[in-house]
Amino acid sequence: MHVNKDKELTNEELLDELERTRWLRYWKQIKKDWPVYLMLIPVIIFFYLFRYRPIGGIMIAFKNFDDYSQTVGESDFYGLYAFKYIMFGPQANRFWQAFRNTFTLSTYGLFFGFPIPIILALLFSEIKNEKYRSITQIISYLPRLISTVVITSIIALMLSGGNVTQAPGLINGLFVKWGWIEAGTPMLSEPQYFRSIYIISNIWSAAGYGSIVYFAAIMAISPTNYEAAKIDGANKLAQIRYVTLPGMAPTLTIMLILRVGQMINIGYEKVILLTMDRGNEVLMTAEVISTYVLSLGGLTTGASQVNFAAAADVFNSFIAMFLVLGANYISRRVSDTSLF
Amino acid sequence: MKRLDRSELIFKIFAYVFITFFVITTLYPFIYSISMAISGEVAIDSGKVVLWPVDVQFDAIKALLIGDRAKSFWIAYTNTLFYTFYGTAFSMIISIFAAYALSRKKLVFKRQIGFLIVFTMWFNAGLIPTYLNYRQLFVNNRWGIIYGFGAQAFNILLLRNYFNGIPNEIEEASIIDGANEFQVLSNIYLPMSKSALMTITLFYAINRWNGYFWNMRLVQGTEHPLQVVLRGIAAAAQDTDMITNYPYSLYSLAYAAIILSIIPIIIIYPYIQKYFAKGVNVGGVKE
Repeated sequence: MHVNKDKELTNEELLDELERTRWLRYWKQIKKDWPVYLMLIPVIIFFYLFRYRPIGGIMIAFKNFDDYSQTVGESDFYGLYAFKYIMFGPQANRFWQAFRNTFTLSTYGLFFGFPIPIILALLFSEIKNEKYRSITQIISYLPRLISTVVITSIIALMLSGGNVTQAPGLINGLFVKWGWIEAGTPMLSEPQYFRSIYIISNIWSAAGYGSIVYFAAIMAISPTNYEAAKIDGANKLAQIRYVTLPGMAPTLTIMLILRVGQMINIGYEKVILLTMDRGNEVLMTAEVISTYVLSLGGLTTGASQVNFAAAADVFNSFIAMFLVLGANYISRRVSDTSLF
Repeated sequence: MKRLDRSELIFKIFAYVFITFFVITTLYPFIYSISMAISGEVAIDSGKVVLWPVDVQFDAIKALLIGDRAKSFWIAYTNTLFYTFYGTAFSMIISIFAAYALSRKKLVFKRQIGFLIVFTMWFNAGLIPTYLNYRQLFVNNRWGIIYGFGAQAFNILLLRNYFNGIPNEIEEASIIDGANEFQVLSNIYLPMSKSALMTITLFYAINRWNGYFWNMRLVQGTEHPLQVVLRGIAAAAQDTDMITNYPYSLYSLAYAAIILSIIPIIIIYPYIQKYFAKGVNVGGVKE
């Protein structure tokens, strides 16, 4: 730094000087702590190549691009054509159906899936035998580790309709016995069962693990609050209503908000695995935006209309981003806690 | 013992009953799968297998391990072990270095780099651009899958927060003793964050073990992991008109494959469950 020592520097000049030497100072800092910067190289390369580089591919939605071997840069510009086509074109119904299915599925998932971990946590907290409680808790987390392929395979096998040479799957057989369905019904191909199957199996795999957060919140409530409520004559339900639930309110709020923020993100892997090779009828209730994108994009079926798929994809990504940001903003406002 | 109010007693009984029921529901598919894998064909076809095995046979399991299905099954199993081992190692190296660097107070552009990582949790390019990118960057073989699915922002931030909580005094003392950054990381930070490291190792490993869609889409048949092959076996077992001359039902074969694919998880689960349960409590990641 060439600071003229004979002359007093004014504040402005000093700031100028600092500004001019900024990069030099950064460089000196980096040279001094070089091992730290060396450690950053892998993550920077990875995030550039696999998280930021694909963002350029969004341009596919605005181009005449229908083959993955094409170069995005060189294909013709189509403007908003693909967006107009999927939303208002001859096959617009399919897009809006997928859009509706996405929200129907996540609304049902929220309605049934959200309270169950909370109830589980409440009941776990009621089990005072430590050993029994920790064993049952540990078992309840286990399904979370089981792959989607295993879960969907077991579902498919249990619901299999059977035929002349083979007995139906366990659940299918039971339903036939109870007269709920006709013998030989391939339940996974029928649109009216898809939502229940999807949501019940999600509860099986995630409810136990989901209860951990609420259980921790309940455990953090001071026992003296319960004592006080009891002295006031509160029975168990009143204790839950006036002590437990208010005590876990912050956790409930955050979890609900975050869950709403994720509403558009239906696990496409599970939907694909449940509906693959099951014909088109089940897609009436099963197709969600992400599987619609994969199907149009030729990733799950042979046909490919890549730019249409990309348009739906961009639409999806932006809605997802606004939902997450909105949820996060609200969460920050109400509870001072946020995911990021 | 304190006297319980009547409503408290009822609730307590309800809790025990419901939790017991829930745990049975959780375990039932596992027990049923084992029973189906080792029950005889006639018993399965007449619907006799409900909980315990009937007419025990091990032919279906043998077919996968040493019989006519063994070759493709073992190739898939080895592939999965490969993806899980190298994939987890690769992801951990990136994540540990990144988390350590981001936890340094004086890091130049610390906020900006942190933001660029967090941003990927809000917004991703979408499935089609992601697929195109994988194609362009040669994510179409075993090593491609390893480097293409390296690190996750959430795990990096989780580990960084843990590193942030480690007091500075300890490292300052060792820096005065002449340790460099790599030594501080390996001698102080890593030993002090064993549980956080276990948690994210577990997250990465489970993701790799269970990965299906992109593996199926991006690599060739002989490089497919277990999940893809498993899905094929299970799909072939349903609604089939094929009359086979195997000494076992195709249901048994499918359930045997399912069991063999989750056995490693079940075996290590008792040892890892405490780290697994911890992961979720670190949930609120603050920027």
